[in-house]
Amino acid sequence: MSAPENALLPLRFEGIGFEQGGETLLEDINFSIEAGAISVILGPNGAGKTLLLRIANGLLAPTSGRVRWATTVATARAASALVFQRPVLLRRSARANVDFPSRVRGIGRRERERRTARALAGTQLTELAARPARRLSVGEQQRLALARAWALEPRLLFLDEPAAALDPAAGRLLENAIETLRDEGGVKIVMTTHDLAQARRLAGEVLFLHRGRLLEQSAATEFFARPQSAVAREFLKGVALI
Amino acid sequence: MGDIIEAFSTALGLILHGDPTLLEIVALSLRVSGAALALSVALGLPLGAGLGIARFPGRNILSALLNTCMGLPPVVAGLMVYLLLGRSGPLGALHWLFTPAAMILAQTLLVTPIVAALTRQVIEDLWEEYAEQLRSFGIGVWRAIPTLLYEGRFTLATVVLAAFGRAISEVGAVIVVGGNIAHHTRVMTTAIALETSRGDFALALGLGMLLLGFAVLINGGVEVLRAGMRRVGA
Repeated sequence: MSAPENALLPLRFEGIGFEQGGETLLEDINFSIEAGAISVILGPNGAGKTLLLRIANGLLAPTSGRVRWATTVATARAASALVFQRPVLLRRSARANVDFPSRVRGIGRRERERRTARALAGTQLTELAARPARRLSVGEQQRLALARAWALEPRLLFLDEPAAALDPAAGRLLENAIETLRDEGGVKIVMTTHDLAQARRLAGEVLFLHRGRLLEQSAATEFFARPQSAVAREFLKGVALI
Repeated sequence: MGDIIEAFSTALGLILHGDPTLLEIVALSLRVSGAALALSVALGLPLGAGLGIARFPGRNILSALLNTCMGLPPVVAGLMVYLLLGRSGPLGALHWLFTPAAMILAQTLLVTPIVAALTRQVIEDLWEEYAEQLRSFGIGVWRAIPTLLYEGRFTLATVVLAAFGRAISEVGAVIVVGGNIAHHTRVMTTAIALETSRGDFALALGLGMLLLGFAVLINGGVEVLRAGMRRVGA
């Protein structure tokens, strides 16, 4: 697969560790994320996936190691967005939610209107645009959060367990929106999931995380055919990991 | 019993025919409490919002102080303003005592802590919910204040209505600093107190009914806001 240009990437984690209350939650994480297909951070619950995204997005500072971008940190933050596992929607219409972050960043009204319309269409929410965001279904809310990040036109998008709370149908709709975004926008997507089937459908490469350690990073086809670590093999077989 | 019924019908007559004395008193009440409310909102909303978001040493003490001031007895508020505006007080040169300005000041002192303390609670809760999401949009603490005030708009409007109810219905503060002077500082509550003590129940009852009417309107307003909140899923 030919990798499109992305001025932010590679994103490098160099010896990242995170401790809290004397507990090591992430330990010596090293990887590099390049432009191209979707990178999926896969692992059981409690592996440290969300923490990893928060550190990458700059919401949390690591206790050791450093995050390096191909550009300045400020540029990287301005050009990336994070969709939380449980996004906080504003007490406004769906459309106003999508418009909000762009407005805060000082983007002009006409440009915002264009972006909002595109993001709503891409997430199949156009018809619900006037509805109060908090009255939407869980699946629609999750797509709205995606649309809100989309309208910022980021070069890098972090998605934290985007479909964790969704039933299969709603999850499928969300995955469609993610694929649309990936194909049309040239945006790099980094997402976490504990859902193997979803990882198989979306991943270009897999970063397998377990108990705060990165056990492997490989192309998705490689990972699912020949996982290198014993823990990953167990995980793929559906054995409960602690 | 007959006296009470007669007083009621006279009171109704005063209201329905728009008795000039009654209207004058009602108008002054609305003017004084409206102005006090406007000042309290202008001071209390930003103060409460800042206190709900900012983290600094002594913040808890300040919050506790504000909560205590919510229960400030109106006569004590009146006394404080009296001392402030009295002949030998620091603001005595203004000659505000026994004018509507003094009454506005006293009610502002009474109501601002209510607006600020309740706003602090509303904004603190919202901030806890929104902080990380807003931070991920690159929104800092100060830029977050107008956003949170807007997000809490329905609850905060209820706060404002409650504050107005408190101002228009209190008697202690306005009687101390206003003096209940006819055609000058006589408002609904002070007039009711005076007319009742004089045994002239018709005007007192008429004003009482209107005061209750305001309470009904305020509660109706709160219900409308509640419906609005449900509509946006707040």
